[in-house]
Amino acid sequence: MTTVIAPTSIEIEQPPELEVINMTKRFGSLVALDNVSMLIKPGTFHALLGENGAGKSTLVKCIMGFYRADQGDVLIGKHSRQIESPRDAQKYGIGMVYQHFTSVPAMTVAENLVLSRLNSPGLINWNEEYAKLNAFMANAPFQVPLDVPISQLAAGQKQKLEILKQLYLKSKILILDEPTSVLTPDEADEVLGLIREQVTAERLSVLIISHKFREVTTFADEVTVLRKGKFAGHGTVKDLTIADMAEMMMGERREPQKVAKVQQSDRLSILQVTDLHANKDNGLAAVKGVSLTVHGGEIVGIAGISGNGQKELVEVLAGQRSPISGQVLVNGEPYTATRVEMFKHKVFALPEEPLRNACVPHMSVAENMALRTFDRPPQAKGFLLILKTIRQMAQDLIQQFKVKTPSAETPIGNLSGGNVQRAVLARELSSDQINLLIAANPCFGLDFGAVEFIHGQIVEARNQGVAVLLVSEDLDELLALSDRIIVISGGQFAYESQTETADFSAISHSMAGH
Amino acid sequence: MAAEATQAIGWWGVLLAIAAGTMRGGTPFLFVSLGECLTEKSGKINLGLEGTLLTGAMTAYGVSYLTGSPWLGVIAAGIAGALLGVIHGWLSQQPRVNDVAVGIAMIIFGSGIAFFFGKPFIQPKAPQLPTIDLGNWSDIPALQAALQITPLFLLGLAIAPVMNWFFRSTRWGLFVRAVGDSPEAARAMGVSIFKVRMLSIIAGSFLAGIGGASLSLYYPGLWTERISSGQGLMAVALVIFARWNPIQCLWASLLFGGAQALGPALQSVGIKEGYYLFNAAPYILTLFIMIFTCSSKKMISGAPGALGTSS
Repeated sequence: MTTVIAPTSIEIEQPPELEVINMTKRFGSLVALDNVSMLIKPGTFHALLGENGAGKSTLVKCIMGFYRADQGDVLIGKHSRQIESPRDAQKYGIGMVYQHFTSVPAMTVAENLVLSRLNSPGLINWNEEYAKLNAFMANAPFQVPLDVPISQLAAGQKQKLEILKQLYLKSKILILDEPTSVLTPDEADEVLGLIREQVTAERLSVLIISHKFREVTTFADEVTVLRKGKFAGHGTVKDLTIADMAEMMMGERREPQKVAKVQQSDRLSILQVTDLHANKDNGLAAVKGVSLTVHGGEIVGIAGISGNGQKELVEVLAGQRSPISGQVLVNGEPYTATRVEMFKHKVFALPEEPLRNACVPHMSVAENMALRTFDRPPQAKGFLLILKTIRQMAQDLIQQFKVKTPSAETPIGNLSGGNVQRAVLARELSSDQINLLIAANPCFGLDFGAVEFIHGQIVEARNQGVAVLLVSEDLDELLALSDRIIVISGGQFAYESQTETADFSAISHSMAGH
Repeated sequence: MAAEATQAIGWWGVLLAIAAGTMRGGTPFLFVSLGECLTEKSGKINLGLEGTLLTGAMTAYGVSYLTGSPWLGVIAAGIAGALLGVIHGWLSQQPRVNDVAVGIAMIIFGSGIAFFFGKPFIQPKAPQLPTIDLGNWSDIPALQAALQITPLFLLGLAIAPVMNWFFRSTRWGLFVRAVGDSPEAARAMGVSIFKVRMLSIIAGSFLAGIGGASLSLYYPGLWTERISSGQGLMAVALVIFARWNPIQCLWASLLFGGAQALGPALQSVGIKEGYYLFNAAPYILTLFIMIFTCSSKKMISGAPGALGTSS
């Protein structure tokens, strides 16, 4: 028996209690979620913590009806409910904001909002809908223009729209899956702060998945921690320290390893970019006159919210995109990222999404590791490849960089993301002489162990005198690794400082383009 | 003097013939391009509409001949097209199946079906669709012939704005656009991508089938195996040219129809040189449109975000 409460009466009602009891979900032989229970009290801000692969997403997807749990119960307002699809969840007042935007880019804000409604009419009377939407916007915690297509909204506005959509649907329990990963710290605080107000006023309950302890300690009331698919702990935020929560997540107390940097004395400028312009795929300008210099033994970090031109900048430097104008010099010579120039100047790159940008997925790990060197001695003799040497070299690299692969002959596409990353890193750092390393989001989506390893390798390269250009969306990573930090916003550099003297709020402000 | 006058009328005749051809030749383009527009808006490409067009033409002609009712033929053509659409819709949505490859298979299959069942209908004369004669006020036969308009053209003329309105102001229209632009978003809303694409492909194929009927029951008004001469494929280029907008599909169809009429119109005034060249006008036009709308540096604006991807 399911009764849907009329929308008008929900308006003043408190959010219901949400309880998950002994939930288990298996994917084949893998137990993604093992007997997990969780309680979200009405009007609380509840954080769900855990490392990558701990089962957080699986848990919320089971609640939302994306997956069907093998065992376990969902109780809404103390009643057991069968949730078969996200539509069912919407009926019970549960709404989810996904990590990636789920609005249709080519449609306007108004069209997206009306479309998201379950009971939207077959024929849409736009005058009437606009009147209702304007009334809704007048009372909403934040504003988004109704007439603008989603593709023209900034990331922060898109995320606000995703949350507005749930309020528009009158969701009482909001599930947020890493909602701030695409926002500047300022935007994140604004959005979460406004949601917090709604929670405090007991209009909403919130379950938030987050990696960022700062957000958890600032906004959340309670935490539930998962580890390897199992319940690992629960508590109220004010009773827990960050170290306690980290311990629950990782199962051991571990201080983040400090990466030791060696001071460099002679600093030759290796990479020089002057007034570089490049376009996006759709022909609009993405990089608008960027100039920078990277010296040997220096890590220059480029911070910025994705979509501000850093992807195109890296693609130009890696030879994947032709610039419109501007000059790139490596070792004082013009550089157009041909294979000959890469070899001559010892330029190596670790692009984002390495499986797509730096690997041939169906070729073996050994073949992929030889992509840089297969046509030169000792891996080749004239036009013949020396397969034995290629395999031997790959096996050495697999050991040295601890790549977990069944064999050197396994197609690289079968490896996990972290191991693909390691394999590419092995290829790019295996050369005796490296001059310039370009890395873009090298740790995206990797677990603690892999992140530490890759950070260590990058700093070690720096200490040996390599010039490193590190582009990342993770500000903490940049602050920890880079010697100099530059903020890119709207295709231009908006801030530059030595990392030691960098001002966090200035970085945050310039990321937002102010 | 007299010679000059004839010459003048002759050139007017060319323009008149092109204007008439615009409507005649544009009608099948209009239906196929509207069908393809609907299909591509949902994120799938159906190259098989060339085969659908042929099957529609044959079915319309055959049914019209057997029953004596051309309108029954039109409906049968639509249904035959829709059936081919079911095959394409199902096949192209299987995992790791490419819709272009399925489309090419469907061209061969659709034309094969049409040739196989169409053999007995090549000789006999089937009843044609009635025309609306708007030129009765004039006594110039050329003008009268030029203003014989098929009701199918008027139907297509009505469907274009209706489809535009459908995409903008109906729940189902928004679903189709959502599925074509961002399947993940549509899935998050609980919309069945398979169903929406299936229905879009079926409806698009239905329209293409009717386009075929206008070939065999109006202009040129007969059934031969070479009747479509690649119009179904050209319609795909035309949709790109029209930026996936039904209203612009209408204008683009008229342009292609006019280009097709160029050769016969010039022939009618006795210009024989370059006849084949003028007949090739629509193909040349297609080629130029493809060249000018494609760029390695720029994506076409207005394209559905998920067009041709499998998900």
